[in-house]
Amino acid sequence: MNKILQKEFHVERDDYANAGMASSQIKSTLKQVGVDPKVMRRIAVAAYEAEINMIIHAWGGVVYLDVTEDGMIHLIFQDCGPGIPDLEKAMTPGWSTASKKARELGFGAGMGLPNIKRVSDEFTIESSPAGTSIFLTFRVEE
Amino acid sequence: MLCSDIIRAVHAEPLVVSNEERLTKDYKAAFASDLMSDALALIQDEFEHTILITGLCNAQVLRTAEMLDLETVLFVRGKKLAGADLMMAQSMDINLFTTTYTMYETCGILYGQGLGSIS
Repeated sequence: MNKILQKEFHVERDDYANAGMASSQIKSTLKQVGVDPKVMRRIAVAAYEAEINMIIHAWGGVVYLDVTEDGMIHLIFQDCGPGIPDLEKAMTPGWSTASKKARELGFGAGMGLPNIKRVSDEFTIESSPAGTSIFLTFRVEE
Repeated sequence: MLCSDIIRAVHAEPLVVSNEERLTKDYKAAFASDLMSDALALIQDEFEHTILITGLCNAQVLRTAEMLDLETVLFVRGKKLAGADLMMAQSMDINLFTTTYTMYETCGILYGQGLGSIS
């Protein structure tokens, strides 16, 4: 499928000062292509939770944004490790391994991954010690 | 409940007024939490008519409001953001207020005066 928009955003480990910057850029990029506000909000929530996870749990990574001709928005969050040892537990609402710093930021309630899955049209997660990848798909129109 | 009535009810002080028209806007609901993940998970509707009440005072509150398209944030216990964050709020078109009441008192006063919960 041909891509009508393709961008990538780099997220640095422990970069708390800029946490949310990539999601903000994703939101303003999609605003320019006229994505439905309700869809946009779901994308923004998913992107922000995933970006925060990359900063507080992982060693940073890259976010890939693609919009394809068939009206689909694809987001891939690929971090640099250390991976999630138990994906089933990580997907359980309320289960968290967040640090004190993450909690000070207002995160670490154990709602991140379940929330990302809830707002996405398609959600896939893969994890190994080399890193975690989250593949999200959204339809441009609700 | 009009934003101006909310401000009056809890004796709130404006920190950033990015949009003066919203001072007369009618808000239907409030969501109160120090956990931004809860706000991201639970505020699912009526974004433009909901205010966020929080005792958390950092840039992530602004980012959360930005992602959810929330226009007004009320900090409790007299909390105030620092200079750079105030500028960020301005650029995001978010209005910020602070009240010296605690979270419990703030919610009690506003709920008692008719500001509802999120549906």
